Amino acid sequence: MTWAETILARKANRSHVDAGEYVVARPDAFMMHDIFAADVLELLEKSGIERINDPDCVTVVFDHMVPAPSEYAATHQRKARTLIRKYGIEHFFEGGRGICHQVMVEEGLVKPGDLVVATDSHTTTYGALGAVSAGIGSTEMAYALATGTLWFKVPETVLVWLENQWQDSVCGKDLILSLMKTIGSDSAQNRSLEFRGPGAAAMPLADRLTIANMGVEMGAKFALFPPQRESRGSGPYAHEYSLDLSRLEPMVALPHHVENVGPVADHQGLEMDQVFIGSCTNGRIEDLRDAQRILGGRHIAPHVRLIVTPASREIYRQALHEGILEDLIQAGAIIEGPGCGPCFGGHMGLLAAQERCLGTHNRNFQGRMGSLQAEIYLASPLTAAATALKGVLTDPRDVLGASQEVIQ
Amino acid sequence: MKEPSLRYQGRAWVLGDNISTDLLSPGHYVHDPMQTRLKHVLEAVRPDFAQGVGAGDIVVAGKNFGCGSSRESAPMHLKDLGVAGVIAESFARIFSRNAIAIGLPVLSCPSISSRVKDGEYIVFDLRAGEVILADGSRLKSERLPDQMLDVLAKGGIVPILEEIGRSMRS
Ligand code: SF4
Repeated sequence: MTWAETILARKANRSHVDAGEYVVARPDAFMMHDIFAADVLELLEKSGIERINDPDCVTVVFDHMVPAPSEYAATHQRKARTLIRKYGIEHFFEGGRGICHQVMVEEGLVKPGDLVVATDSHTTTYGALGAVSAGIGSTEMAYALATGTLWFKVPETVLVWLENQWQDSVCGKDLILSLMKTIGSDSAQNRSLEFRGPGAAAMPLADRLTIANMGVEMGAKFALFPPQRESRGSGPYAHEYSLDLSRLEPMVALPHHVENVGPVADHQGLEMDQVFIGSCTNGRIEDLRDAQRILGGRHIAPHVRLIVTPASREIYRQALHEGILEDLIQAGAIIEGPGCGPCFGGHMGLLAAQERCLGTHNRNFQGRMGSLQAEIYLASPLTAAATALKGVLTDPRDVLGASQEVIQ
Repeated sequence: MKEPSLRYQGRAWVLGDNISTDLLSPGHYVHDPMQTRLKHVLEAVRPDFAQGVGAGDIVVAGKNFGCGSSRESAPMHLKDLGVAGVIAESFARIFSRNAIAIGLPVLSCPSISSRVKDGEYIVFDLRAGEVILADGSRLKSERLPDQMLDVLAKGGIVPILEEIGRSMRS
């Protein structure tokens, strides 16, 4: 069986399942964030359901609209807090702890082999740990919390075999963007992506998290790095792809779709008004270190705004400790508190018509960050930092080469 | 108790591929009253839809219907406008789950969008897993498992939650 089949069979108490089957399974963990927690718990309350199946498996994280940018958000959050107490949910993280997916990983609330559901489409992130995880809507979450069970359709699996190692100027973001271009959503739609091979075995957790996070942008149901990464899985696979990591180069997604990807080198020189480094895709300490590599001791271009949003309080503290925040502030960055920040256009960095933003996040749909007439580009933290430095879309290899000369 | 038939007859509105949750439920109007929000459903691709759609009409679409965010307002708006169900060549995963959860029938049927004319009266039958066109031809489609048909027959998950709530109290 594939990894998705193995876990779904286990959680459905079956010895074997096949792709295409529907199963009723018991998830190990359930997560909601501030946008949907109140709706879910209110629905339970209205239905007369006074307790949830196992409050210990439930986590709520406030990350999207924190600190509350409007009275509406504040009222919504207040309602959620009351219900969180009423239903005895202990794993509750207030605004400032970090982005829900990062918090789940840091707090050890997801383990390899777990089945996880959450009211957020980027729940695929935990596939980096070998957990089988996907987003659901709020009515289904209410049902899952009430009964402890949910139905799943066992997806077909696509194997992505990773060979060799990438170079210093690229990271997991360039891999997933380039995969988006080569495989695209036609092959991945509603399927489970299974990453294996020597390149997957050697890959740091931070990059695996980035890749699993963006799997959903290809329409994938799950994006998984199974624990025994060296061995070729037993399948069956609907498709098999192989990717040579040593050939990866910096990539960028152009407006207004994530599959609209090309090499940064082919689009250099596009002027940017804003650069955003953050989100559950690329707001980790490794990403901030990459930004420091390029921006330490330098200053961003005069016409650019650089927004840096560490993905969690732990990352914020670590970056403070390593002197990264000091360097980035000196370089001209605005450092925001841990949370989703401008990623989904909620607040703290929206765009005007005709503005361009290069971000390290995961979606560039029209209107995602403010005006429908704004343009969003997506790339790695290295490309983002190089672009902030120059004020125009810049291949990080150009800037990295230069900085090494300075050091010599 | 007799099982509800889960067979629907209505006028088709034919749409293209990749109809997103943003088109179905534009994020821009989320804080507006429901009547205002419903006026903007699909306006970017079918400006006549929100005004013209009637109770029992059927939405027919191409690939990847409902792609984008996990917002439940997307299927809910269609239901609120009276749409009896959506037949598409394929659905984005979270949309089809949400649609069933709120009691809006969905049916996957390959090549449906090229077989149905806009405004044509068609029939779809969830239990049989088929679509019947105006000329009588029948198109096979993916049959939903019984458990999901039961959810749809009950009108979605909310009535099921209410049942659970009642049983907890008694
Ligand atoms: S950082 Fe962006 S993509 Fe991630 S959970 Fe927050 S809003 Fe969603």
